[in-house]
Amino acid sequence: METIYQLLHVTFANVPAWTVQVAAFLIPIAFIFGVYPAIFALTTLVERKALGRIQNRYGPNRVGIFGVLQPLADGLKILLKEDIVPRVADKFTHFLAPVLIVVPGLLVYLVVPVAPGMVAVDLKIGVLFALAVGTMSAIALFMAGWASRNKFSLLGAVRAVAQVVSYEVPTVMAGVAVIMAAGTLSTLTIVQRQGGGILNISNWYVFRPWGLVGFVLFVIGGLAESARCPFDLPEAESELIGGYHTEYSGFKFALFQMGEYLAGMAMAGVTVTLFLGGYMGPGSGPGLVGSLIAMLWFFSKLAGMIMLNIWIRGTWPRLRVDQLMGFAWKVLLPLALVNIVAVGFWHFLTPRPLAWVVTTGWLVIWFLVLTKCNASAILEKREYRYV
Amino acid sequence: MNYPGKGLVEGLAVTARNFVGSYFYKDRLTTVQYPEERIQTPENSRTFPFLVFDESPDKPRCTACKICEVECPPKCIYIVMDRDDKGKPLQRPKAFDIDISVCMQCQICVEVCPFESIKMDNDYEKSKYGRFNDLVQRLPDLLKSNDYYRQIKPVKAAEVDAKLKAEAEAKAAKKAAAVAAAAAKAAATPPAGSAT
Ligand code: SF4
Ligand code: SF4
Repeated sequence: METIYQLLHVTFANVPAWTVQVAAFLIPIAFIFGVYPAIFALTTLVERKALGRIQNRYGPNRVGIFGVLQPLADGLKILLKEDIVPRVADKFTHFLAPVLIVVPGLLVYLVVPVAPGMVAVDLKIGVLFALAVGTMSAIALFMAGWASRNKFSLLGAVRAVAQVVSYEVPTVMAGVAVIMAAGTLSTLTIVQRQGGGILNISNWYVFRPWGLVGFVLFVIGGLAESARCPFDLPEAESELIGGYHTEYSGFKFALFQMGEYLAGMAMAGVTVTLFLGGYMGPGSGPGLVGSLIAMLWFFSKLAGMIMLNIWIRGTWPRLRVDQLMGFAWKVLLPLALVNIVAVGFWHFLTPRPLAWVVTTGWLVIWFLVLTKCNASAILEKREYRYV
Repeated sequence: MNYPGKGLVEGLAVTARNFVGSYFYKDRLTTVQYPEERIQTPENSRTFPFLVFDESPDKPRCTACKICEVECPPKCIYIVMDRDDKGKPLQRPKAFDIDISVCMQCQICVEVCPFESIKMDNDYEKSKYGRFNDLVQRLPDLLKSNDYYRQIKPVKAAEVDAKLKAEAEAKAAKKAAAVAAAAAKAAATPPAGSAT
C-alpha cells in the first residue's frame, strides 16, 4: 500500500493528499476483489477440464468456444436456484455462515505480495496473520453445520473442525522453519530474502533440504485446511451426503464453494510466498517492467500450485478419519519439529556443504525412523477382484 | 524398489499420462460428441416398431390382419382396415396407430406378424413436447421403406428378403404348376365337339 501511495503521490502531485490516501486504500481492495474471484471462476473451469482429461474425457466444451463461458453459465444457474432454509434451522447463523466463509479466503491475500512492494498491507506479523486468518474458516464451517440442525451437517462440521485444528499445528510448524531462516514474519521481507542467487531462483527456500520438507508439509497442511481432496472428509458425499453444506442451496451453496476455493488458493499463495520465492524469478525486480515480470512469476507459480491441487484431486482417494488424525499427529507433526531443528543446523554450521550434508542426513534419518515407527499404519498392498 | 508413498507417486504418474496423452492420442477419448457425432446402432438394438412398405407407401406389406393388435401385451396398437365403397375389405390398414408412450418394446408384434410387415426400428430420437397426441405414431409416421430396413438391420433384412423371395417363387411355381396342370387337363380331355 505504501508503494502505491508513494507512486500516486508522485504522479498526482497537485490533487489533495486525502484523495491519494483513499485511492491508495481502494486500489488494493479493488485488485483483491477483482483478480482473485476471477481466478476462482477460471479455476472452476480449468479444474473441470483437467479432471476430465485425467479421466480421458473432454470436460465442459459446449458453452462458448472450448467451454470458456462455463463459469458464467454455472453462476447464472446457481443464481436462479431456489434458496431453501430449513424450518428448524437457526436462521441468522444459517445465513451468516456462507458469508463468513468467503471472508478469510480474501483476507489472506492482504499479506501475499504479488510484485516488489506490492502487497496490500505489509504487516510485520504477515505470516502469523495469514495462518491465523486462514483457520477462521473452521468457525464458519461449524456455524453452517450447527445452524442447519441436521446430523449430517453437524458431523461434517465436527470433522472439519477436528481436521483444521489438527493440521494447523504441522502447517504452522512448517512455517516456523521459514520464519527462523528468514528472521522475520513479514511476507514481503521473506520474499526478498529468497531473491538473488542464480537467476533469482537458487535461493528459493524450496531448494533447501529443510525447505523441501517444509514445502511438502505445508502443501499437505494447506490441502487439509482448505478441505480439498484427499482431505475432503467434511463433505464426503458417500458418507455424509454433503457434509456441512447439506442444507444449503442456491447462491449460499455457491458461496461455500467459492470460500473453499478461495481458501485453497490463499494457501497456495502463502505456499508460493514462503517456499517458492513469491514473485522472485528471472527478470523480476523494481521498476515497471520488473514489477510486471514479477507479477507474471507470482501468478504462474500460483497457477502451478492450483494445478498441483487439481492433479492431486484427480488422483488420490480420500483418507479415513483415523488415518487422517494419525497422519497429522504421528507423521507430520514430528517431521515438522525435526525440520525446525534442521533449520538450526543450517543456520549454525558454517561451511555450506557441511550444513547441506548434516541437514539432509538428519532429515533422512528421521524420515526413516518415522516410517519405521508407523509401519503398522502403512497398509499392505491389497488386490481387489471379483471371485 | 519399495518406498513409502510409492502407490501415491505411481497414481500421480498414471493420471499425468492420461492428462497429457488425451491431448495427443485421440483414441484415448472415448466420448462420442453426440449431436455432431453418432455411432451406428448395433443390428440387435431396438426401439419402437415401424411398418415396412416395398415400392411405395400406399402399398404397405401390412394386410390389416390385426394379429399384432391382438397379441400386443399392453394393447397399444390400434388398426382400422380399409374398405372400398361397397364395404369390401381392401387388405390394407386405413389407420394404424402405435402409442409409443405405452409400447414396451417387447417385439411380440414383430414375432407374430405373418407378413414380415412390422419390424423394430432403432431410431432413438423420439422425444416430443406433448405427452398425449404427440406420442401416438400414426400410419404416415410408421411407414418406412424396405431400403431403410436394409440399412439399419442388414443381416435380418437380407434374411427376410430371401424368405419373401422364396415364398414368392414358391407361389409363382405353384401358380405356374396349377396353370400347367389346368392346361394339361385341358389338353388331355378332348374337346366335346371332336368326339362326335
Ligand atoms: S403388421 Fe402384420 S400382424 Fe399387424 S396387422 Fe399388419 S400384417 Fe397383421
Ligand atoms: S413392441 Fe410389444 S408393446 Fe410395442 S407395439 Fe409391439 S407388441 Fe405392442
